[in-house]
Amino acid sequence: MMNKAVELKQGQNQLFSDPDADKAREFFRNKSRAMVNKVTTVDDAVKRLVKDGDYIAIGGFGANRIPTAVLHEICRQGKKNLAFAGHTATHDMQILVGGECIDRLDIAYVIGLEARGLSPNARRAVESGKIKLTEWTNATLSWRLKAAAMGLSYLPARNIMGTDTFRYSAAKEILCPFTGQKFAAFPALYPDFAAIHVHECDVYGNAHVFGSTVSDQDLAKASKRVVITTERIISNDEIRRQPTTTFIPFWCVDAVVEVPYGSYPGNMPYEYFSDEEHIRQWLKIERDPEEFRKFFKNQILDTKNFYEYLELNGGIARMLKLRAIEHLTHNR
Amino acid sequence: MADYNAMELMICVAARNLENGATVVVGTGAPCAAAMLSQKTHSPNLTIMFEAGGVAPILPSMPISVGDSRTFHKAVLASSMPDIMETCQRGMVDYTFLGGAQIDMYGNINSTMIGTNHAKPKVRFPGSGGANDLASLCWRTMVMTPQDSKRFTDKIDFITSPGYLSGGNSRYEAGLPKGTGPYRIITNMAIMGFDDTSKRMKVLNINPGYNRTDIQDNCGFELLWADRITETEPPHEDELRILREEVDPHRYIIGR
Repeated sequence: MMNKAVELKQGQNQLFSDPDADKAREFFRNKSRAMVNKVTTVDDAVKRLVKDGDYIAIGGFGANRIPTAVLHEICRQGKKNLAFAGHTATHDMQILVGGECIDRLDIAYVIGLEARGLSPNARRAVESGKIKLTEWTNATLSWRLKAAAMGLSYLPARNIMGTDTFRYSAAKEILCPFTGQKFAAFPALYPDFAAIHVHECDVYGNAHVFGSTVSDQDLAKASKRVVITTERIISNDEIRRQPTTTFIPFWCVDAVVEVPYGSYPGNMPYEYFSDEEHIRQWLKIERDPEEFRKFFKNQILDTKNFYEYLELNGGIARMLKLRAIEHLTHNR
Repeated sequence: MADYNAMELMICVAARNLENGATVVVGTGAPCAAAMLSQKTHSPNLTIMFEAGGVAPILPSMPISVGDSRTFHKAVLASSMPDIMETCQRGMVDYTFLGGAQIDMYGNINSTMIGTNHAKPKVRFPGSGGANDLASLCWRTMVMTPQDSKRFTDKIDFITSPGYLSGGNSRYEAGLPKGTGPYRIITNMAIMGFDDTSKRMKVLNINPGYNRTDIQDNCGFELLWADRITETEPPHEDELRILREEVDPHRYIIGR
């Protein structure tokens, strides 16, 4: 027990989303839970489900199991003033910054591409002062999503207290009503929109994911509007044959799009490895803002859809090579 | 005596600190190499974990991301970020490794920014990622880093991940779990621990080829010195062979 008055601190930066659980319930009260065919196109899903100014979050882990086609389409449709959950945001962040779509950023991990180095363009954007920044951590963003998935307004945890990461967050310290222990309270994060890439799902959005799942189950539950892109659509019989494997259930999902190789140039576990050459090309071209603008236009803005982009980068032959790398049958 | 470079030495020293039966969360690069080396030498039963969800993989090669498919290749468990972090929070994870642009005498680490204006940093880095979480919640944090007086600073621009904060008991008074904190700082020049009371960085071992002056001159704050300082045991032949042939045959890390 604490025997002296404890000063409870709070982070000084902005909270970009409303953690109110009752407001979330009001939204979810009206969200369709009908098990209907939700298959559509990327173009239509982004048009219907993403609005300028939305708070968006992306499934997977930066360049692993990411919904690339949706990210491209958000840029193509010129969505603006988005807030973004930078929850190990790597290639996904490169794309959204390339499209100049973001003006608010919850940072756990941004501008880096892990062992590959830093993204010069994302770095310029974050250093420019034009994007509002609030600090968090990977666990913190996970738990903020978990709080929302539970229908709460916050969760307590034991990390980040005493650091500048806390100081520049929007977290608050609280005391446990049972033990008096000091905790950091993390506000629930209810994104307006989430896009998640999965291995397989049925036309209703019942989805299977294989491998590490990062925060995607909570993300699907926490988000108001969800599009699933999938390597392949499977029958509802397949889902019902093994219900314990259902990772995301239909009622979380607003739209389903079949996008084979949909995580390219990212890694899709058990399917294909990341295209390290292509990602290196991005990192190199980003050094020169003018060259990068041309590259981005050519690769994303001027391609009609994701398949044109795949064709531009080696098409099926390249995909087969990445499959071989993933399955350790290709000697790199 | 075997020929080796500073990175090989740091990896071997880190590997020796991971005992059989322990759990460790690692990132890509040197920490992953240290954990793999430890497993292949004295700690076959070391559980390697990755923050995106991979637990006890049989690593076919060095991962490029802590969430790529290598991190759960033939793993015991492919779970989630919250699951790994909650396992740390429950007190089940013994070790983690961190790195950063700056470290101070209490082992606080900066991987967020250089400058004084958070909204418009002079130089921006990726931020915490899982680093703050792991530094907060794992029992013992280790750092492998080259040492110079810019990186080892008494004026850290931003505390991304907690060491002993302002020393003494301040880490636990801030609310972080009791008994956690920085354990070893492994540099090209020396191995440091932390003073039991003041929690200031303290030199324990000096690496072959360096002396006290080198170590203090390449540190921006005053170091404490253990009563009895011994020379770091250089990498053994078998450690180097396994590191070079099995852990990092392409020299991605040890070639740096």
